[in-house]
Amino acid sequence: MDLKRPIADLVAEVRAGKLTATGLVAASLARIAATDSYHALLELNPQAAHDAEVVDARIAAGEDLPLAGIPFIAKDNFLTADTHTTAASNILKPFRAPYEGPAISRLKAAGAVLVAKANLDAFAHGSSTENSDFGPTKNPVDPTKVPGGSSGGSAAAVALGQACFAVGTDTGGSIRLPASYCGVVGLKPTYGLIPRTGVVAMGSSTDVIGPLTNSVADSALVLDVLAGRDASDATSIERDPKTYVTSSGDLAGTRIGLIKEYLGAGLDSQIKDQILAMVDRLEARGAKVEEVSLPATELALAAYYILVPAEVSSNLARYDGVRYGHSAAGATDLEQTYRLSREEGFGAEAKRRIIIGTYVLSSGYYDAYYKRAQKVRTKLVEEFTAAFDKYDLLLGPTAPTPAFDLGANSQDPLAMYLNDVMTVAVNLVGVPAISIPLGTVDKLPVGLQLIAPQRAERNLFAAATAAEAIIGDWRAR
Amino acid sequence: MSNIGVTEVERVAKLARIGLSPEEASRLSVELGQIVGFVEQLAGVDVEGVAPTDQVTGLVDVWREDVVVPSLPREELLANAPAQQDGYIVVKRVLG
Repeated sequence: MDLKRPIADLVAEVRAGKLTATGLVAASLARIAATDSYHALLELNPQAAHDAEVVDARIAAGEDLPLAGIPFIAKDNFLTADTHTTAASNILKPFRAPYEGPAISRLKAAGAVLVAKANLDAFAHGSSTENSDFGPTKNPVDPTKVPGGSSGGSAAAVALGQACFAVGTDTGGSIRLPASYCGVVGLKPTYGLIPRTGVVAMGSSTDVIGPLTNSVADSALVLDVLAGRDASDATSIERDPKTYVTSSGDLAGTRIGLIKEYLGAGLDSQIKDQILAMVDRLEARGAKVEEVSLPATELALAAYYILVPAEVSSNLARYDGVRYGHSAAGATDLEQTYRLSREEGFGAEAKRRIIIGTYVLSSGYYDAYYKRAQKVRTKLVEEFTAAFDKYDLLLGPTAPTPAFDLGANSQDPLAMYLNDVMTVAVNLVGVPAISIPLGTVDKLPVGLQLIAPQRAERNLFAAATAAEAIIGDWRAR
Repeated sequence: MSNIGVTEVERVAKLARIGLSPEEASRLSVELGQIVGFVEQLAGVDVEGVAPTDQVTGLVDVWREDVVVPSLPREELLANAPAQQDGYIVVKRVLG
């Protein structure tokens, strides 16, 4: 059974009795077994078959379930009741979550069935999934390449058809970048639209949850279940009262700003050609596209790599070897418990970010780094606000290159950080963005990024639906 | 490029309560220098009179009603603790 079919079709067939949750979950587990060599996943949900039976019983009892019987995969930084939750870090290897957050609860309530937990860069720190303490994931299109990161396991799983969709997290591009590298659709919603309780915190001022799917329509359907405020997350916001599922794909009169800075040095020339060809096709459908300059986007990566490590160093302070997670056996006093548990449990990138973050927050450096970066962030917000006075949407590539070779950047942290150059600004500003497959470069997928004002997901989906239709089969482009 | 010495890395590691091997401290000294060198491009930006941003969706004063709500059972929360006794978490001695 093909789990890459439209989710709405599968749900309709489950409701009509032509398919069952049990059958869909069995198909998912079979596909997972057949594609195990990509190492997209860290753990299967041992309760998946049982959960599917429960969903079938609910359907038989007449419950109206928007994701009836749909198998899904969660990045392993989502707390889930029946598996471990490791964030792909040795320090959380023994951890079993005592609760689930609203995102997982809402999906289960809607009839979706969790089948497995996906690999990631440990604590979502990275752009390739090579920072996983449990080994890298391979790109589903070319296993010699990385899948992108940090939600690389989630993106690869969806591209491989292991489940119908996955949920990931995006702090600086961690959904959109692997979506671009693997040839799937990745949505980074407005900051706060999906409550984050029950997700391992990384950079709290930019972390968001979002779906990875095979189509824009699937993305909207999953967001419709996930979105909306929850009292357990004070940063969460109210959802649009209307459904995010839109059939509209009319671009007539849509004003689109093509971000000039994202077309500059560093962008693969073939990706640039594909973007410019896409602009022509959008204009042919009635969109009005103009180049727009957002100079502060060139500072966004530097600001990001101050602000997020600062937040990381604070959020990772909780891993102390005392309350949960790995605890050093050789410690003789409490201070040593902290130091040794963290030395043994954290991998190289987590240590790097803790050290950078602690450094920029330490006495004497705070104003020069952290506070200055927050002011640069304000300039970025103001530029995006001004741009959205003139344009309905902004457009650009998702990443400067297609997927790179496994191991190519693993010895050079700064080169790895540069993969995020076109995604981090969106996080710092808190606006929604989507990456959809645009075409291929040397047979590898590359993504188109569309960006909308805060809370404008409906417009974003409408335009992305139209763009998806124009692109057609991206593998042929 | 900025130069961040090994002594400085060790000072920061102490603040972060994280042990580092001599090799790690040495490597981080180089990498931290590169990364700080990269982010120092912000030093040239004119931010005179610009207010810092730490919240982007405009939420203010998110309160909840001051009422007791159910919380998770103590045993379930303690189940992940590496060492426990009589419903408490056991730690190594605090003073030397």
